[in-house]
Parts: sequence; C-alpha cells; structure tokens
Amino acid sequence: MRAAVIVFPGSNCDRDLAVAFEAFGGQKPAMVWHKDTELPAGIDIVGVPGGFSHGDYLRCGAIAAQAPITRAVADFAAKGGMVLGICNGFQVLTESGILPGALMRNAGIKFVCKPVPLDVVTTDSPFTADLEAGSQIEIPVSHHDGNYFADTEVLARLKGEDRVAFRYATDINGSMDRIAGILSENRRVLGMMPHPERAIDPLHSGTDGAAIFSSIMSSLATA
Amino acid sequence: MKATVHVMLKQGVLDPQGEAVRHALGTLGFDGVEGVRQGKIIELDLTGEDRDAAHDQVTRMCEKLLANTVIESYRIEIA
Repeated sequence: MRAAVIVFPGSNCDRDLAVAFEAFGGQKPAMVWHKDTELPAGIDIVGVPGGFSHGDYLRCGAIAAQAPITRAVADFAAKGGMVLGICNGFQVLTESGILPGALMRNAGIKFVCKPVPLDVVTTDSPFTADLEAGSQIEIPVSHHDGNYFADTEVLARLKGEDRVAFRYATDINGSMDRIAGILSENRRVLGMMPHPERAIDPLHSGTDGAAIFSSIMSSLATA
Repeated sequence: MKATVHVMLKQGVLDPQGEAVRHALGTLGFDGVEGVRQGKIIELDLTGEDRDAAHDQVTRMCEKLLANTVIESYRIEIA
C-alpha cells in the first residue's frame, strides 16, 4: 500500500496522518508538496491532512483548493482513486468541488477541540467497511469551521445515496443533519472533520480511528 | 480602475458571527438591532480600461475563488 500525503504551507496534521498510514500500511507515505503538479506513480490513496493551509486566508481551504497538486488530486479522484480528507483536508475537498457542500464557521462561534462520539452511518465504503453500522466510535475534533452546509437538493442526494459516513451523536457545530463526514458519488473519497489519525495508538485518548485505517488497508488488499 | 467585491453569506444561511455581533450590540445597550449580517469587502486595483471586460473578469474571479457560491453571494462595483 502506497499512500501520498499532501503538504500545504500551514498543514499541521500531515506527519500524524503519515504515521497512521505507515502504521497500518507498512510503507512510508510519499509527502507531496502543494506546488507539485502530479502525484508520484503507483499511489493507492491520497491523504489531505488537517491544519491551517495558507493561514485559512479568504476561507478555510480556499487557496489550497487552487494549488497545482489539488488539480492532480481531483484527477486522481475522478479516475477512481481513493482520497481521505481530514478536517482542513475536508475543507480543501469541498472548496475544490471534489466533494459537495461547504464547511462554515461553527454555529457556536467557538473552536471545538475534544473527543466526540460519532454515529457510524454507513459501512458501504472502503473507509468504513470494518466498522459496524449503527455503532458509535469516539474520535477527536479540532476545528473552528466544521459546520457542514449543503443545499436541500445536495443534502437529499447525500442521504438518498447513503453517502453520509458519520454523524455527530450530538450537535457540536451546527452541521446540517449533524453531518461529520461524507462520501463521493463513487464512495472512494471520504471527507470528515474528526481526526481518526489522532485515535490510533493506545497513548492517544482512544483507538477508534484504527478501524478506518484498517478498512482502507483491507479494501486495497482485496482490490 | 478599482473593483470592489462585496461577499455576503446568502440569505437563509445562518451567520453565527453576525449573530454574535448583534448580541454584543444589545449588551452594549444599542436597542432595536434586529439582525446583523457580516461579510467581507475585497478591493482590486485593475490595470485595464474597459469596464465591461473588468466586470466579466471579476465575475470569473468571484466564481472561481473570491466567493464560495455554495454559501455566499457577491456583488461587484467597478469605479
């Protein structure tokens, strides 16, 4: 399994995500700089990490969405490649149109940073196959702009096509329908605000994030 | 030529920051403020002379980068 982790100026979860990919996939991921125009050959999954890309200027993820490498990530996704966007990475995926909707300022204005329970909504994806539908997992969140918004048509499609991957068990940021993570139409792109890479080691507050990375590895192994 | 772009959250999209400002104004004793919406203004200095062309160009900038049209609307002034 070969992963690539995209690094923007201001990314700060890139190393954690690389550690998680390596822990489960056995290989050191390729760290890919935002100015690169293409992904290295033979990449199985691209991780777009959390952080404050370009200082969150204009809107979170807006500048990173225009980076040369983001175009390459969009092409990779369009060809069926797997992409995992976490937190600021999720914002980059919505700003670039790879995933629908937008992430707005938290309804309570405050930056929310704590482990939160998530409802596992679907197991029909390469990211959630090892989880149990209807179960709860605890994953940390750390964001100021995680309030998911989509128009009614998009929201209905996401629900109708079983593309909501995770919901907050209780409302923490005003997200429509308590959405914490969504899948692309082909189910091979996952964007989520919570940080599964911060919940994989016994020294973390929990290890519930491990099932997401193990799901990714099993799906790649059987592909 | 100067272009000014006003970017606001669309009507119907909750503006928590505007709400917080409204609340703070009430705390300060300013009565009768029913609603506050907060947006941003972006000023662009343009070298061209053609106003229509500038308007077209800035519209494309808004659609591509300056506004997120999922949640925001924009208005362009050319002066």
